[in-house]
Order: sequence, then C-alpha cells, then structure tokens
Amino acid sequence: MTRFVLHRIGFYVLIAVLLAFFTVPLLWLASAPFTSDPTYKVRLPDFTSENFRAILDNPYALGSLWNSVLLAAGTAVLVVVFAALAAYALSRVHLPGRDALLYTLLLLSSIITGTAAMVPLFQLAVELHLIDSQLGLILIMTGGLLPAAIFMMKDFMDSTPKSYEESARVFGASPLQIVRHVVVPLVRPGLATIAVWAVANVWGNFLMPYLLLSDVDKQPAAVIMYTLYTEGGQANIKLLATFGLLYSVPVVLMYLFVSKKYGFRFHGGIKR
Amino acid sequence: MSAIELRGLTKVYPGGVKALDSLDLAIPDGEFFALLGPSGCGKTTLLRTIAGLETATGGAVVIGDRDVTGLQPGARDIAMVFQDYALFPHMNVTDNIAYPLRIKKVGRAARQQKAAEVGARLGLEQLMDRRPGQLSGGQQQRVALARVMATQAQAFLFDEPLSNLDARLRLEARTFLKKLQHELGVTTVFVTHDQAEALAMADRMAVMESGHIRQIGTPAEVFQRPANTFVAGFIGSTPMNLLDGVVRADTLEVTGCKLAVPQSAEGLLHDGEKIVYGVRPEYNVYSAEPVDGSLGGNVSIVENLGASYLVTLDVNGVLVQAVVPEGHEPAIGDEGYALPRRDRALIYRDGELVSA
Amino acid sequence: MAQATLPPEVLDDAKARRYSADAAGLGRLRAGAFVAPALALISLFLVFPALWVLYLGLSNYRLTGAAAAAPRLVGFDNFVKALTDPEFWNSTWLTFEFVLGSAVIGQVVLGFLLAWIMRDRTGPLKRIVEGLVILAWILPSAVVSFLWVALLDRDDGTLNTLLHSQDFAPLLDHPMLSIIIFNIWRGAAFSMMLYGAALGNVPPSHLESARLAGASGWQQLRDVVFPHIRGHVLTNLLLISLWTFNDFTPFLLTAGGPDGKTEVLAVHVYQVALQGGELGYGAAVSTVILLINLVVAVFYLRLLRSKK
Repeated sequence: MTRFVLHRIGFYVLIAVLLAFFTVPLLWLASAPFTSDPTYKVRLPDFTSENFRAILDNPYALGSLWNSVLLAAGTAVLVVVFAALAAYALSRVHLPGRDALLYTLLLLSSIITGTAAMVPLFQLAVELHLIDSQLGLILIMTGGLLPAAIFMMKDFMDSTPKSYEESARVFGASPLQIVRHVVVPLVRPGLATIAVWAVANVWGNFLMPYLLLSDVDKQPAAVIMYTLYTEGGQANIKLLATFGLLYSVPVVLMYLFVSKKYGFRFHGGIKR
Repeated sequence: MSAIELRGLTKVYPGGVKALDSLDLAIPDGEFFALLGPSGCGKTTLLRTIAGLETATGGAVVIGDRDVTGLQPGARDIAMVFQDYALFPHMNVTDNIAYPLRIKKVGRAARQQKAAEVGARLGLEQLMDRRPGQLSGGQQQRVALARVMATQAQAFLFDEPLSNLDARLRLEARTFLKKLQHELGVTTVFVTHDQAEALAMADRMAVMESGHIRQIGTPAEVFQRPANTFVAGFIGSTPMNLLDGVVRADTLEVTGCKLAVPQSAEGLLHDGEKIVYGVRPEYNVYSAEPVDGSLGGNVSIVENLGASYLVTLDVNGVLVQAVVPEGHEPAIGDEGYALPRRDRALIYRDGELVSA
Repeated sequence: MAQATLPPEVLDDAKARRYSADAAGLGRLRAGAFVAPALALISLFLVFPALWVLYLGLSNYRLTGAAAAAPRLVGFDNFVKALTDPEFWNSTWLTFEFVLGSAVIGQVVLGFLLAWIMRDRTGPLKRIVEGLVILAWILPSAVVSFLWVALLDRDDGTLNTLLHSQDFAPLLDHPMLSIIIFNIWRGAAFSMMLYGAALGNVPPSHLESARLAGASGWQQLRDVVFPHIRGHVLTNLLLISLWTFNDFTPFLLTAGGPDGKTEVLAVHVYQVALQGGELGYGAAVSTVILLINLVVAVFYLRLLRSKK
C-alpha cells in the first residue's frame, strides 16, 4: 500500500516540477504587459493599459501583425496544398528515386534556412523582381518549408490504410474523385498539423522578411519585434513585453482552434 | 450472365515471386464460391486480381461474356467488401451505401431512397444517420453488404468477410450471408482461411496452396474425397488420419496393422508400393473389443467435442484418432480398436488420391 | 476430382493493357502532375539558391570591397581555411554539444517522459500539461528568447528570485548549459507528441505479459516499448537533429557569446558572412555544415534500415 502511495506522491511531485519548468518562463509574459514601468521582475501587475496605448502609438505595430497574418496564411495554404498533393503521389505511386530525392531535399532545406543562403536568395529575388513583394516572400518561404512538410505528410499518408481508396476505386470512382471524396477527409488531421506547423514557422521567421521586404509597412511582426529590441541600443522593456504578448496571441489562438477541431497530432497517421 | 472465368491466370511479382501460377477456374452464374487456403497461398491475390486491384502478368479474367483483364477495377461491374469493410468514416450510413450510386451520377434523392431501401432490407433503418465509428462490428458488416448490394453489380467479391467479427457473431453471420446470397442470386466469390466457414457457406470451393489450386469441388466432394494429402490435411475440423503404409498383395500393412483395401482404390494398387492411408476420425468405427482389419492400440487422449468424443489411440507409436459418440467414451489406457469404413477410406500415392 | 480446364486453343496470353496498380489508380503521369507544383517551387527557391551557395563557397565573394565587385573563383581555399580555423572547430564542437545535449538527449528524454507519464490519462491535467508544453513551442522565437533573457537576468530575473540567489547570471557563467536547457524547453513538444502517438500503439497485452513475467517498469520499457517504437523514433530523431543543428535561435539569447562560448555553427556563419562580410567563406562553411548534416542523415538511415 505504501508503495502505491509513494508512487502517487512521486508522480505528483514530478508533475509539479515539470509544470513549474514550463510555466515559470511564461509568467513574465503574463504580468509585464499589464504592469506600468515593468522590469524583468515578475510582479503582480497593476493592470494598466498604458502599455497597450504605447503600442498603438507605434505606427507600424498593429499593421505588422496583419502582415504576419497575411504571410503566415498565404504560406500555410500553399504549403498544405502542394505538400499534400506531392506526399499523396509519393506515398501511393512508386516514382523512381523518390526516397533519395526526399532526403536530399530535406538536407538542402537546412542550407536554405541558414544565413549564408541569404545573399543568393536576395539576388534571386532581385532577378525575379520579387523584392519588396509579399507574394514573392510567400513563394520563397513555401519553397523552404515544403521538403519537411512533404516528409511529414508522406509519413502520415503511408500509415493510412489503402482499403478506402481501393474500395472507392472498385465502385468506379476516378482517381481525382477518390482524392476528393476519400483521401482528403481521411487526412484532415494531418493537413491541420502541417498548417499549424507552417504558420508557427512563418510567424516567427525574422530573417527572410527582414532581407526581402524594404517597405516597413509590409514588415511582419517578427521584424518589428526585432526593431523594438535594438531601437536606441537598449531594450525597451515596456514595448517589448506588450508587443510580445500581442504578437504571441494569434498563434496560440490558432493552435487552440485547430486542436479543438482536429486534434493536433504530428503522427496521427500512426495506426491505433 | 455473370459467370466468372479465369484462364491461365498468372501473377508474378517483380523479384520473381509467383503469387498465381496459371490458374484455370470457371464459376457459373449465381454460385457462392469460396477460395480457401492457408496464409500466403495466393487467395487474396487472386481475389484482388479478379477485382483488378492487382494486374495479371498473364492469362485472362472473364466476367459475364466480357474479357475484363485489361479493364480498370471501376469498369468491371463488380463490387467488393474488404476485410476491414472500408466504410468511409466521415460519411454517415446513408451516404456510405449511396456512394457507388453517386459515382454513377444518380441524383441525390434517388440514391438516398435506394440506400434506404437496401438498408431496410438488412435491418439498418435505425442506423442510417450514424457514422461507422458509432456502429458495432456486425452492423458495419451489414452496411458494407448494403453498399455492394446498392451497386447491383454482376458479381460480388468478399475478402475474409467474417474474420473481423467475434466468434458468436460469426456463426450467425455465416447463416445470414448464405441466405442473402441465395436470395440475391449474384455470383459471389469469397476468400477465407477458415475451412469450416468455406464448407458451411460455399456452393463450391477451390482449395489453394502456394499460388496453385489444389482442388475444386463442392464441400461434400472436398470433404469426402480430397484430391491430395494437402487438401486432406487442411479440410476438416478434426484432421484426417494420414498413415504411412505398404501394399501387401490384396491387403495393406499400416503401422503394423493389417487393413482391407478401401473401395475407392480396389484393383488400383501394386504389391509392395508405399502408400498413405487416409481416413477421417469420423469414419473410424471405434470398438473396445479386437476387430479384424482395424488399428489397435492404447487410448492416450480423450477430448470432449460436445455430443461426441475425439479419442487418440497410440498404435505402435503412431497416433490414430477416432470419433466416438457420447456414452461410449473409453478411459485413458484402455485398449481400443479403430475400424475404418471401407467406403470412406482413401489411398494416396505420392500425395495424390488413387481413384478410378 | 480434376480441375476445370479449357481446351488449349482458348488460352491466350492476356495483353493486359497496363493500368496502374496503385491504390487510387493515379498512374505515373498524374502522380507526376501532383508532385510538379511542389517540385517547381522547391527547384526555384530551394535547390537553385542552395546550389548557388555551394558555388559561392568556391569564390572569394565579399559584401564590400574589391571582391564584392569582382569576385574570383578560389577553388577549395575557403574549405581549407575553414578546416584549419580553430574558431570553426570550436563552433563545430559546440554545435555537436548543442545537438547532443538538447535534441538527442534532452528533448527525447523529456518528451518521452512527458508522454510516458501522461499515457493513460485524459482530462484536465493532461490538457494543461500538454498545453503548456506546446505553448513553449508555438510562441515565436523572438518572444521566448526574450522571456528567457528575462528569466535568467542577474538582477531581476525570476530564476534568481526563486533560488534566492544574487548575481547569478547563467547566461554569462554557464552559457552552453543555458541554451541547451532553453532548447529542451522549446522543443520538447514535438517529441512529446510523437512518443504519445507511438506509445498508444504498443499493444497493452505485451506490456501486461511482461509485467506478469515480473519485469520492472524499466524492463518493460526496454523490452516491450522501445522495440515497438524504434522506427518512428529514428525518423524523427533525424528531423530534430537536423533542425537543431541549423538552429539560429541561440543567437537571440547570447549572440554567440560570451567570447564565442555559444557560437554554434549557424551563428558562426552569421558572424562570418554578415558581420564580417566574407560571403564566399561563409558559403563554404555552410557547405561543410551541409556535409555534416549529410553524414548524420546517412547514419540515421543506416540505423533505420538495419531495424527493418
């Protein structure tokens, strides 16, 4: 009996420690924006709204949030659609060299996200007249995210049984009908996961928009956050905390929404 | 006409594995036909090749009077129930049943009505709005059946239709399926690894092994006169006794006992040749007293089969089984004699049945 | 009973029209069409610039100065320079430490631990724990790195408050450890989700048999659970190793300091290429990083194949 009790106690202690580990760093984000004259200290806030007013005074703050939404949504849509199509084809049809191709692309995508690729990307964008173009930025980021997205999506599709598709096929459905009627509804959780992952990636991406967009009005929140960081040499804690909170809220809301609707599972395709 | 014919059907996988080896088969219209065999024998591959989900490397598949070998699965006018039923989880029962009609471009009202009709016929009226996830195994099976019935296809293919049901349900479903097929009169081919299921449901069956058909026949034929030792050992809830023996003039010496030559092999044996003597435990007449021409030994195991007992005799080191009606079961260690029925015993030479 | 046979003249070799045998009947042509849009974008915006970087590595291109206007091909000079540069090796070593500590050990262990203790639960506790872990992953890097700067601050940081210590500056005194723990905190969610799903796939009967045979918790883990989840684990270890290897976020916490003590390769490339302006050399270093990634990937793939 005591063994069981000890187990229980141990379990709850462990949970408490883990919860603390994950909560403590977040506390500041919950308190500082609501505190007048905040420092790094976590204190009980006096619930002031002056910080938020300061943000509103900044001409680029709110606009940048909208830009982030635009970039993230645009990229996510392209990534999901293209990755799903490609992953389905690669999963079901044996195209020559597909495994080697996938792994090569995966490796190359890690080079692209590195800083050394910035200059080639910049020059490429100049050649294609995609500088200062949000569409161009979306296309470039999509290209960078696709290999990993296809990789994950294919893994998911591989674990989805083929009998649904075969059943529809014997009933006379054409391949496109099968994709529409059967496959897409089946892999919706996987699509939702990829969408969330893509949005989270784009939302936090600072380097690409910083380099490829020159008009400040088009800059997303990630870049504005950075400028708040370095403005005047010293971190403006008030603005950083508040904008940080505003900047974080949309992604969190999106995650909550998607996970409620579809559940958020990277590997939901693993058969239960 | 919806007879199914296979001519020289061959399927070789890249890498050289021969899943189907030049199979010939003719299934007349309206027959309930079973493909039976152990795992890996090719029965599912054969079913899928008939469906068109696998392409044949050689030979032909003819459905009705059409050679469908080169046709896509959707163009063959057949319907298939998969082992896991493949009911679309995001559609309710009505939409699932109506799906084939949707592909055929039947209007919404018409196909929903047809789905309701077919569903009612199978007792699904209360469940039409539910999703597959909310149904029991038996209900899911009926929805899958309703779906193929709605297609009004020329032939039905079932892949292990009963294996996803629990044991009790399986027996009920067996009767249900046989009755349904009989009413519908549609040529149906089903795959199973359960020989009792095949014997109970099929009008005729093919027993397969390693890509070959070992025997085609009615359940009675396959049970009473298996064409070779493989079929003999595979069919029957109690395994057939297959005993090594030698021909001695006009009698047989089997495990040290003298047995008469069975009716089926009269006049066909040669003195001195090695044979295998086959007799089902059900066709061994058991006696506690010594009998001429029987296999005698000591009882080593007695198993209760319900209304009868399976008695295992140790005959000179070889195990021989006999079925004994209730009330006559012996005790372990008793002396026992199993007399094979001359009209049911069989002789196998080099694995093949000896018969006129 | 003989098999049904047909007269020989009826038997013919089916000239089966080749149609595709994949599940939906897509066929190679349509499959190609499905892959095309992704492939087009990837070729243009990923493959091409990546190859360009490889090419740049062979030149002496700079951001400013004479070499910016008229770069020359210098062959493998940059690579030689990299391989003989102690700063490069320092960064490489630090990166391996970073990947090993935070990804291979940290995230995997923590992720697995979380999945394991939450495995049979449902309800609010599970949702809260999962929610917080995922929050750490979802929040943008700029925000979380600043949160950790705040946490670890010497004067006002929450860590100091909790530990009742003064002047404890982990970012200065234990920079590698700080960024490793930070990365574990940040990335545990991915592994937690993976192991959660994989654990759900271990048949309970196997665990029970082991328990009945007297296996302890640890033995059950080792003998039943791990063999079952190996394949997926390896595939995803590959992903997080690659991601962590190329992760730039530590820069936001420590800017590579103090004194280059946390200058992982991604940061090193930034310093060299954008701060120092040596783009050709930076590109060469990036190429070397790619090669290391390749070796790591091949290593994982070998492991995967040997499991199958």
